[in-house]
Amino acid sequence: MDGSSELKKTPLHALNVSLGGRMVPFAGYEMPVQYTAGVMKEHLHTRAAAGLFDVSHMGQVTVRARSGDNADAARALETLVPVDVVDLGEGRQRYALFTNDEGGILDDLMIANRGDHFYVVVNAACKDQDFAHMQAKIGDVCELTLHDDRALVALQGPRAESVLAELWADVSSMRFMDVRACDLHDADCIVSRSGYTGEDGFEISIPAHLAETVCRRLLDHPDVLPIGLGARDSLRLEAGLCLYGNDIDTCTTPVEGALEWAIQKVRRKGGEREGGFPGAAIILDQLETGAARRRVGLRAEGRAPVRAGAVLATDPEGENVVGTVTSGGFGPNIDGPVAMGYVTKAAIAPGTQLYAGVRGKFLPVTVAAMPFVKNTFKR
Amino acid sequence: MLKFTEEHEWLKIEGGVATVGITVHAAEQLGDLVFVELPEVGATFSKGGDAATVESVKAASDVYCPLDGEIVEVNEAITADPSLVNGDPQGAGWFFKLKLANVADADGLMDEAAYKELVG
Repeated sequence: MDGSSELKKTPLHALNVSLGGRMVPFAGYEMPVQYTAGVMKEHLHTRAAAGLFDVSHMGQVTVRARSGDNADAARALETLVPVDVVDLGEGRQRYALFTNDEGGILDDLMIANRGDHFYVVVNAACKDQDFAHMQAKIGDVCELTLHDDRALVALQGPRAESVLAELWADVSSMRFMDVRACDLHDADCIVSRSGYTGEDGFEISIPAHLAETVCRRLLDHPDVLPIGLGARDSLRLEAGLCLYGNDIDTCTTPVEGALEWAIQKVRRKGGEREGGFPGAAIILDQLETGAARRRVGLRAEGRAPVRAGAVLATDPEGENVVGTVTSGGFGPNIDGPVAMGYVTKAAIAPGTQLYAGVRGKFLPVTVAAMPFVKNTFKR
Repeated sequence: MLKFTEEHEWLKIEGGVATVGITVHAAEQLGDLVFVELPEVGATFSKGGDAATVESVKAASDVYCPLDGEIVEVNEAITADPSLVNGDPQGAGWFFKLKLANVADADGLMDEAAYKELVG
């Protein structure tokens, strides 16, 4: 069977190809892994100026209470995530996790309060399953719509605000995790001040038929380069952000994944709306006692990248294994290898010396605080 | 004599010793290299053995030994600065020099015209 004929295309496919995108299969879509500049330059350009990413493969879902009362939708979403959705103000967005009954993570996502509904962005590879999960669990209370009719792009980097301000002056009043509707070049867009690079920036949802026009306007700006999935991965890794399927999955809990910050007090033990999400008993216990293993950052001493799957040991012979690398590669801004992985409780302190198995040798690595590069969010 | 392999390596053979590197096509496909690991001088390899490793930002790839032989020299400059490979893959970005066990083995490799046809 010819797999390529099965691949879906985003509304920006033709633009991606015309920009020299090297198209590869990713999560069922044909996506650009890099453009003509290459992964290294694209990465560095994003941190120095601004990069535009096509992330239209991700799932955009609106969640509307059948009662018409948005608080009902908030309460329904809280049955799926260990996150405070009820107190999320209108025009604000928050990171969340769909959990399962074992306390594992089904997906990570963003939830935004749009006033009369919630707007949710989920990972491409999980979107059909997430939508079915939401439909089964809260479909009686909420009307759910998966928006294949909208593109999604991310504009990231220190120049992102000034670039977007040329199309929409109000952008400067937004702060990190604000979400607003706006009119970009006569397109009804939804803009959030967020992203997946550790840089200040925006994610912009655009009606599919106008996406190319809006993107061409953004790309006309001399500060903006198109950025592929390769640099998206190295940027998020330097920023210490999880990739679902690598760093978190159904076998890792939010506590093991070092994502406790995503669980607000009101959902924890003693909180006003304690528990009430899948796997709550396990996750709430782990919040108090800690987990047997934890996701940590890793820096290598040499130049050899330490990649996903590498075994982590406490000794240079690799006999006392304490964990595994889940994401790793070369950090262009760090100018060296960066990685993250899971290690047992005894090995989680920053500065702990470990050894990573790379092609039959055990190379010295050190447990390090994340993010590896300081984030520049406009809080 | 310039020869090529299906694994996108080139060999410049002079007096029984082949200078080996990766082709322009391979360098373009790999993208910006950030790490190169070369074999030890004196190491012997069979054809197809893992002689070197290159890593781009995104992934690791092996460089196979194109013919049976012994490593007699390696290009330390590319371990210090892997970008040399991207800048001049068929010149300053050479990997190692291989003393061929049997020079006639090279007859089975592609010439430049055949390789160009392979990569289109």
